[in-house]
Amino acid sequence: MMKKLLSAVALLASSLAMAAGPTIPLDKAPIDLRDKASLQNGAKLFQNYCLGCHQMQYQRYSRTFRDLGIPEELGMEHLMFTGEKVGDHITNAMPADYAENSFGVLPPDLTNVARVRGADWLYTYLRTFYVDDSRPFGVNNKVFPLVGMPHVLQELQGVPYQAYETRLVDGQPKEVYVGIRTDGSGELSPEEYDRAVADLVNYMVYTGEPTKLEARSLGIKVMIFLLIFFVLAYLLKKEYWKDVH
Amino acid sequence: MFKNIMSWIEYRLPFMDKMNLHVMQYPAPKNFNFWYFFGSLAMLVLVNQIVTGIWLTMNYEPSAEGAFASIEYIMRDVEYGWLLRYMHSTGASAFFVVVYLHMLRGMMYGSYQKPRELLWIFGMLIFLVLMAEAFMGYMLPWGQMSFWGAQVIISIFGVIPFIGDDLTLWIRGDYVISGATLNRFFALHVIALPLVLVILVFLHIMALHEVGSNNPDGIDIKRDNDGSVELTEADKKFTFHQYFTKGGKKVIVDAIPFHPYYTVKDLVGVAGFLLAFAFVIFFVPEGGGFFLEPPNFEVANPMKTPEHIAPVWYFTPFYAILRAIPDPLLGAIAMFLAILALALLPWIDRGKVRSVRYRCELHRWNLVMFCISFVALGILGVLPATPTYTVLSQIFSFTYFAFFGLLWLYSKNEKTKPLPVRLT
Repeated sequence: MMKKLLSAVALLASSLAMAAGPTIPLDKAPIDLRDKASLQNGAKLFQNYCLGCHQMQYQRYSRTFRDLGIPEELGMEHLMFTGEKVGDHITNAMPADYAENSFGVLPPDLTNVARVRGADWLYTYLRTFYVDDSRPFGVNNKVFPLVGMPHVLQELQGVPYQAYETRLVDGQPKEVYVGIRTDGSGELSPEEYDRAVADLVNYMVYTGEPTKLEARSLGIKVMIFLLIFFVLAYLLKKEYWKDVH
Repeated sequence: MFKNIMSWIEYRLPFMDKMNLHVMQYPAPKNFNFWYFFGSLAMLVLVNQIVTGIWLTMNYEPSAEGAFASIEYIMRDVEYGWLLRYMHSTGASAFFVVVYLHMLRGMMYGSYQKPRELLWIFGMLIFLVLMAEAFMGYMLPWGQMSFWGAQVIISIFGVIPFIGDDLTLWIRGDYVISGATLNRFFALHVIALPLVLVILVFLHIMALHEVGSNNPDGIDIKRDNDGSVELTEADKKFTFHQYFTKGGKKVIVDAIPFHPYYTVKDLVGVAGFLLAFAFVIFFVPEGGGFFLEPPNFEVANPMKTPEHIAPVWYFTPFYAILRAIPDPLLGAIAMFLAILALALLPWIDRGKVRSVRYRCELHRWNLVMFCISFVALGILGVLPATPTYTVLSQIFSFTYFAFFGLLWLYSKNEKTKPLPVRLT
């Protein structure tokens, strides 16, 4: 009885990890919040390719500049396009009803998208668009099937298509999906494209929680203090309890 | 001069006397173990929630239009706002961790048995108010899970025959969950329920100090002073408030004053707890998606149902019981009974021996089964309701209730082990 119960619990715990997910396994996003160059490149990519339709309405330009080590004058010159003030939130001028008409849904705000979807999801999603003539924008996606978003990074990646290989599955030759390939028309090589997407995702992980690094460094100090406090409290307790034991 | 002022006050309000009664000369059994940390930790978390809550209120905006943005404002623009918010959100989960362990302690050592029934009832009321408080607090960020989780939980009230629909309307203050709901939940979350909670905690402690603390052996430390009790040197070492000795009619054995012995010991517990608490706050504030659920970082959207709605982890054991039964009304009744059964423990358990240490072997395994059922239901409540999981939920709901049924049966004529005369 006990053994059965325990194994049932173990079974449950292991199946937790497999609850609902995309159709293909996600690639691990190489995130490094300390890599300022990567974050700056990510910010640049966001401003150039994403901001047309998506906003970061909770993040301020000044915050991005400060945290990423971008001098304000430089940031205003290269990353702000429509005359906002440096303390403004990162928003665009696209009217909501126009956006809904164009894409079917309002393009979601991306400030917290990495916290909603996860960095790996974003990293895989932006690298798995492929040509599909049945879709309104001519592309589909492996992670988010039937997504209503065009492949905005196509000029960087080139035209992506699904690659298949003939492989033996249970003794039968079968066409198996092996990944996304491009026609080579993009500005970036496949490795460079992966790197660019990683930078962009890195930036979105940052905007999801701009205080992450600050929290970690403060956290280490707090933990060290608490460890010392724990030892002192334990010694104090031992001293007092000499009366009792 | 100072002495004069103190005695002037003492004459009008016996502050020092009450401090002696409840702290410095309160007799606590000397054998409290690990499980006895969670009462004081619950107090610590309560204070944490109140203090961080006050500061969050200073920048939070309770409206459907502004709530989500104001949380992001706190997270980004308010100095250490992120820290206050994470302390509060992690504190909510920590509250349930310590309260569940505190309740388990009571079950293990029979702390609900006579004469501590009322103390247990106050504890159960605290638990109920805490659930309401947490539920309403979870709605305030106005994220997707705030909205849809509330939708699910409020709809539970809708299954009550005849008045269900009107009742949900009354709770929401609108035909759908809206800004009106958010406003009233905010009012209840920051004023009404905390006030009730603090009063109940006060009553809980007063009731505790009246009947005295139980201990891992489950035997009394206050004995009749009829000459049958042999006092040791250690017993004579400490003075306790005369309230507890009833003017010499009682003697107290194997006890130590709460202060300084348990204050310094609880300080160790506090330090250990804070280490874990700070680790979550600073390094994994989402708690793996269980303390802060990922969809809640997206603003509430009544037009878009999330793929999978799960209540926060501390509700999931009861939620799994609700879902295990196909009929919604019966499911809601079962969920209600699951909590009521806990509240009625003092009367379901007909045993005379308190601690699991000296009760029958079956009781030990019954408790183990209860814990496994509770945890398994908690896990199942997070998962989608597939046919397999539903069957498992039904099995564990059954074993959850079986604990109480079995306890009622075997506790009447239980074969217990001999109790020690003194605390071990």
